[in-house]
Amino acid sequence: MKTARNIISRAHPLWNAYILHRLSGLGLALFLPVHFWVLAMAVTAPAQLDGFLHLTETPVVKLAEVGLVFLLAVHMFGGLRLMALEWLPWSPSQKTMAALATALSFFVAALFFLKAI
Amino acid sequence: MAADLLDIKIQRGPDKYETFQVPSHASQTVLDVVSWVQQNADPTLSYRFACRVGMCGSCAMMVNGVPRWTCRTHISKVSKGNAVTIGPLRNLPVIKDLVVDMDPFFDKWIAAEGVHHGSRTRDDPIAPVDTSTPARVTANAGIECINCAVCFAACDTVTGSADYLGPAALQRAWTLLNDTKDTAAATILDAVSDRNGCHNCHAMGSCTAYCPNELDPMSAIAGLKRETAKSLLRRRR
Repeated sequence: MKTARNIISRAHPLWNAYILHRLSGLGLALFLPVHFWVLAMAVTAPAQLDGFLHLTETPVVKLAEVGLVFLLAVHMFGGLRLMALEWLPWSPSQKTMAALATALSFFVAALFFLKAI
Repeated sequence: MAADLLDIKIQRGPDKYETFQVPSHASQTVLDVVSWVQQNADPTLSYRFACRVGMCGSCAMMVNGVPRWTCRTHISKVSKGNAVTIGPLRNLPVIKDLVVDMDPFFDKWIAAEGVHHGSRTRDDPIAPVDTSTPARVTANAGIECINCAVCFAACDTVTGSADYLGPAALQRAWTLLNDTKDTAAATILDAVSDRNGCHNCHAMGSCTAYCPNELDPMSAIAGLKRETAKSLLRRRR
């Protein structure tokens, strides 16, 4: 039940940085089992792996890779931000750090995208 | 000069809202509007305030989804069109209308050892305080807290785990930990590092984003995390 008192605006950089970090972590956690399964094919089913590797040339998979690199970058910079925030006694610049981490992640993902196309 | 009418929607129960037409004025605060409703439209409306100038911390409410000190929030800054929705503070039990029970909030201050642990009596001279030490600067950063519970209402971790001490109590503990007049550092660190303590904080930052006095409870909690970790390492050694 959503009443006036239970709705809260989370539209600020610190909360956005928090949720991006958690969601990227979840995304990577979902990706990893699939990643290991495909790698294991090198031993269990090399022919099937070759077929799959052809698939990675398609634009859809290339686009998915961009997303993956974005998740990795977001999660890495998010983690660095969190460690800095909790272990270095900086204070009001934390919002700037959050924004910077996100911006850098986008930058890295964009670079990768430009290289891919 | 009364120009337009404001549509003020006030939450008066779990599922009950009432909308009031309130004359709009220049420099009108949210508290002014709530007071107008109580004085002119419905005398049974319950709400809480005292000083009206941002000192006492008793008038905080949810205003359009943001916890705010209503006495220093201008309607013109928060209204969407001419509409404003006002509800009681989040994360605290409602007594009636816009009045919440602050007991859980203050009980947590005590649980976090947010009380003065002095060593002197009234017969001793006043303790000298060097205002330039880093510890004092850190303590000073948190002393303007007015106990309004805006941070407590803003915190999603409090919503998720009802026993979490919350930003205000933990910031108070951090302030006392850095205060040379306080003699119970170990007691404070024990209190803030238990299962409901500072390590629950996910650094979402809503406390810092919405604190009306522009304090930074999130960084205070980060300070407690550092100190509890350091004290653990010291004890292991």
